[in-house]
Amino acid sequence: MGLFSKRKTIFVDSDILVIGGGMAGCGATYESRYWGRDLNIVCVEKANIERSGAVAQGLYAINCYMGMQWDENQPEDHVRYARNDLMGLVREDLGYDIARHVDSCVHKFEEWGLPMMRDPETGRYQREGKWQIMIHGESYKPIVAEAARKAATEVYNRIMVTHLLMDKTKANRVAGAVGFNVRTGDFYVFRAKAVIVCAGGASHIFKPRAVGEGMGRTWYAPWSSASAYALPILAGAKMTQMENRIVLTRFKDGYGPVGAYFLHLKTYTENAYGKEYESTWYENTKSLVGDYVDRHPVPTCLRNHAFLEEVKAGRGPIRMVTKEAFQDPHKETVGWENFLGMTIGQAVVWASQNIDPKYTNPELTTSEPYVMGSHATCSGAWASGPEDIAPDDYQWGYNRMMTVDGLFGAGDTIGGSAHKFSSGSFTEGRLAAKAAVNYIKDLGGDSPEVSEQEYEDLKKTVFKPLENYAVGRNEIVAGTVSPSYLLPMHGLQRLEKLMDEYVGGISANYITNEPLLTRGLDLLEMLKEDIEYLGAEDLHQLQRAWELHHRVLASECVAHHTLFRKETRWPGYYYRGDHPKLDDEDWHCLTLSSRDRESGDWAMEKAPMHNIID
Amino acid sequence: MPTFVYMTRCDGCGHCVDICPSDIMHIDKTYRRALNIEPNMCWECYSCVKACPQNAIDARGYSDFAPLGHSVRVLREEEKGTISWKLKFRNGTEKNFVSPIRTTPWDSIKSPSDYDAPSQEALKTQELAHEPEALNIEALPVLSVDKRKEGAS
Repeated sequence: MGLFSKRKTIFVDSDILVIGGGMAGCGATYESRYWGRDLNIVCVEKANIERSGAVAQGLYAINCYMGMQWDENQPEDHVRYARNDLMGLVREDLGYDIARHVDSCVHKFEEWGLPMMRDPETGRYQREGKWQIMIHGESYKPIVAEAARKAATEVYNRIMVTHLLMDKTKANRVAGAVGFNVRTGDFYVFRAKAVIVCAGGASHIFKPRAVGEGMGRTWYAPWSSASAYALPILAGAKMTQMENRIVLTRFKDGYGPVGAYFLHLKTYTENAYGKEYESTWYENTKSLVGDYVDRHPVPTCLRNHAFLEEVKAGRGPIRMVTKEAFQDPHKETVGWENFLGMTIGQAVVWASQNIDPKYTNPELTTSEPYVMGSHATCSGAWASGPEDIAPDDYQWGYNRMMTVDGLFGAGDTIGGSAHKFSSGSFTEGRLAAKAAVNYIKDLGGDSPEVSEQEYEDLKKTVFKPLENYAVGRNEIVAGTVSPSYLLPMHGLQRLEKLMDEYVGGISANYITNEPLLTRGLDLLEMLKEDIEYLGAEDLHQLQRAWELHHRVLASECVAHHTLFRKETRWPGYYYRGDHPKLDDEDWHCLTLSSRDRESGDWAMEKAPMHNIID
Repeated sequence: MPTFVYMTRCDGCGHCVDICPSDIMHIDKTYRRALNIEPNMCWECYSCVKACPQNAIDARGYSDFAPLGHSVRVLREEEKGTISWKLKFRNGTEKNFVSPIRTTPWDSIKSPSDYDAPSQEALKTQELAHEPEALNIEALPVLSVDKRKEGAS
């Protein structure tokens, strides 16, 4: 067993362990230090917190800002907006909580040096839309990371966390995490009193439209590998709304954002023949979802639905009418800088194809589905709400604590709090951190303890793909085809294909049903067995192997949730062909899943949907 | 567009390796220079391009949908606090943009420990650090029981 004996194990003790140094993780790290002056606060990140997470390349807007100082919006308004957009199903307590705090985070970003655009007439932040403000955010992430670095006892970059550790004596209590350094190959055992999971949501669980070089140009970052879900699921935490995947209408191929175009530049869409098409599908949509189609603004999924129906009717491509707006040089600059600030690849696509929106109306497309918790969707862990406003059904302990003691989450990790975006994810990290400090103070001397047996077993598991490869490669002459192991990319492509075909991806027109889902789960089961035989040539591939493990587990959860909800709640995101209509009588509720830690069996249940805002 | 590295400009410093969020910029063992080992896991985020002191990294649009002949170059200057872009279309059209990236000196953010320590009572409230002052309103909004629609305890 030379492979293991040479490997160093490094122990890191902390009071609070923050997993993932994106927006949520930086918020959690900062707030942990503010309240826990004497605490040992560790942030661990798979990449480098200077440029990690979904905000790595920057943002041109902050999409969640109330503007309470100017009485622009109140937290209640944001709850109504998010609830409406998600077809009635959100955790209003969590959403309200983020909305009432988010402005203070944004004001700190400005104080720290983030360049905010201002309305020359009012002097207020430049509004892009009702909730969005415009920024020069190329360095949004490095700025926020600087604040987190100042706050942390230590930031560990380039460590991929693979599993959480449980307390030796209390079965449902977290005690830390394990992972490996992708540069040195050292095994890390993080022992902590509280853990805040701030990892990323899931790209690349459904087959992307581009499968060549361009498969990296997914809408959500390719490094968002579902650790946000896999880590809590493995620890036995309940998950919610995991069926609520999101499909984005975006500029073709580069997935460049449309928000500034619609809201600020006032561009609009038309079909291939220059006609408005959304009204064409009004009656069709109404027959599926009833009065939800009459709500304002029209929910994101329903606008997707009209787009999809129009394309199916043979009148695609759908285009964004930019030629008028781009005659204004200021608007033209905003249009381009919007991409350069957050989706550079779209600028590259347009430059390469000679698409100048001043002269050409660019094509739009609908993306492959993604599972995440911070955009116009709210998949994630089932978390306890804020003490002062959460209904009893949503409150069992500390704010943002999951159903596992000491395990907190924020950002993509926490379900139910849609439309938090970058600023709301940072805010949620702060909320989780303050609660975690309280949790630790209340623990007193009752600290969790890790089991040597558990982390030693995990050490073998974590490095197994290296061993599989080292042994199996001698069986074949050369190349990528082996009877003994699969490469991580092989497993990823099998996952993407089966999720696409059976769980409602692009090639199935986002449609699935019970027979398809049942078959998909069978195939997932076989994939789960096969990924025990992943082969990793080096530490980079070992990272890919564990990203795949996390994606597969999250996908399994998505499939179970999709099977459980027997209605089509969000047409335009996905369709249950066998239950094509929205069904408020039976399904105006949240869905919960839990996976048994020993057997791996899934259990589904409904949770009541409480409206705390009228 | 996946990134690539010019042989004559790269000196193997490894800044790109250090920053890449996707862990795909590695040092080639033979040439001792950087390369993109997994172009189909590149998000074209330009983190490596911006970080390269030699301007040795560029990007070529994804082969499956981007015709050749374009370029999108960037210069990020931390001291000046700006980022400058030069776009060249396949047909030769050029566009240039400059944006600010930061309004304060780098490394000027205060640690939360530099603020007065909060009281034990404050720890039990709903207020986060710097609130309510940082909200720029008088007090943190609360949803009193009489304003709640249902589920109040």
